[in-house]
Amino acid sequence: MRFADRFVEHVLRMLAFSSIMTLLAITFFILREGAPLLFEVGLGNFLSTDWHPTAGRYGIAAMLVGSIAVTAGALAIGVPLGIACAIVLGEMSPPWLRLILKPTIEILAGIPSVVYGFMGIVVVLPWIRQHLGGPGASGLAGAIILGVMILPTIIAISLDALRAVPRSYREGSLAMGATDWQTIWRVVLPAARSGILAGVILGVGRAIGETMAVVMVTGNAVQVPHSPLDPLRTLTANLALEMAYAADDHRAALFATAIVLFLGIVVLNALAGLVRGRQGRHRSWSSLSRATSSGRASVPAPAPSMVSR
Amino acid sequence: MAEKWASAYERQHPAVAVTVQGGGSTAGVRAALSGAAQIGLSSRALTMDESGQLRSVVVARDGIALVVHPTNPLSGLARRQVERIYAGAFRSWSSVGGHDLRVTAITREEGSGTRAAFESLVMSKSQIAKSTLVQDSSGAVRQMVSNDPAAIGYISIGLVDHSVKALRLDGAAPTEVAIDAGQYPLVRPFLFLLPPAKSQQSADFVAWVTGPQGRALARSEGLLPPSEEASRALR
Repeated sequence: MRFADRFVEHVLRMLAFSSIMTLLAITFFILREGAPLLFEVGLGNFLSTDWHPTAGRYGIAAMLVGSIAVTAGALAIGVPLGIACAIVLGEMSPPWLRLILKPTIEILAGIPSVVYGFMGIVVVLPWIRQHLGGPGASGLAGAIILGVMILPTIIAISLDALRAVPRSYREGSLAMGATDWQTIWRVVLPAARSGILAGVILGVGRAIGETMAVVMVTGNAVQVPHSPLDPLRTLTANLALEMAYAADDHRAALFATAIVLFLGIVVLNALAGLVRGRQGRHRSWSSLSRATSSGRASVPAPAPSMVSR
Repeated sequence: MAEKWASAYERQHPAVAVTVQGGGSTAGVRAALSGAAQIGLSSRALTMDESGQLRSVVVARDGIALVVHPTNPLSGLARRQVERIYAGAFRSWSSVGGHDLRVTAITREEGSGTRAAFESLVMSKSQIAKSTLVQDSSGAVRQMVSNDPAAIGYISIGLVDHSVKALRLDGAAPTEVAIDAGQYPLVRPFLFLLPPAKSQQSADFVAWVTGPQGRALARSEGLLPPSEEASRALR
């Protein structure tokens, strides 16, 4: 028996380390492929807005701006919607409504990003073109699509945070004569603040990392956008678009793009961990890690709510 | 395409193994120069330096068609007009005789062979404007054009269908006849590159690829085989 126990323990430990090894291997690989180019062409070239890799100009600033702009737009759309949805789910809905809403949101998380992109092309782009002008393919289109795509992440983690607010807070507030809405707005939301913020940060990670849907709707022009209706290119789109035929320094420049992206995601995830850690030990870490690992193209499984009372 | 040829050839000649490796035109030229490959593949013409050391054989051709939305009233453009559209000089289709609609030009990504051919054949004096939309395949360009009445893009002729309208260029329609007659200018060759001391095996393979079966296969992939005269001259 003891031998079997130890055997299982060893196997599990090896499996756990293999995931860390994968991360290390990825880090090593993109650094090895991309870092030499940074030294070769210099940061000045790399951080300019002039991307013309077949002519030796590797500036990614326009893409950096593009990624930030699209992500900010996605947050402007996804955060209010997501938090509202979490409040309804966690605080205001009777059980039967929850039974309908939760699976619906889970389905939203399971739709492949190429389907979102296709919806963008046939619905969002023509709508923008006809009602707002411009070519349709634009930062705004990317923000709308991503805003919907980050909803499940934000909802799941915000909901988790709301559920973790001790029941006694609510009871205390209600006993003081506060209405339901006052209790939610003045007591529950502030208490769940850091958990909700962590959800938002993870949503940012998902938005920055999303590729397929963004390539399909943002137009991918390498320029610093001046209006939400201008086409733009994100860092991920740059990789996805050009990796197929890139050779030599062009390829290295794409890996250098990946380094920037990778650093951004690492910082965001660390930030989310910190913010969430502040809320105390009773927070559920399982949902955090699950949502973190889904930072890129895969889909977060909405976390089960762990309520400690 | 080369993979299709290779596997069909291997099926008919079980004793011969043809290995195909990707990596782009420059890699193909380099592999042929270094001898790492018996045959190099390239979809760009050789530089002067390279052509001294390698012999190139056209094994297929890909016409590039300019496509617009089916509702666009234009039927053709001059090459200079196309250049100015992609350079961002025209804001409206009315500048080239169309409706008063803003022009949305769509190009391929850097590194694409189709883009390189388009740039060298059309953009002789100017560069593609930064505001030009970019898509990473002919299919994606066609999709965008078919959804936007103001769009123009360029795609492989084999992918033109009823969802878009192919434009005449300098008066010539993008057809095989016009291409063979040298009237339609946007064509890029797919080349096999051979070192001077080529092996019998690779010569056999080249002959098969440019022969009836290789040609039929190219056609089924939406490419044009080399012109009849060129193939006859080879044999």
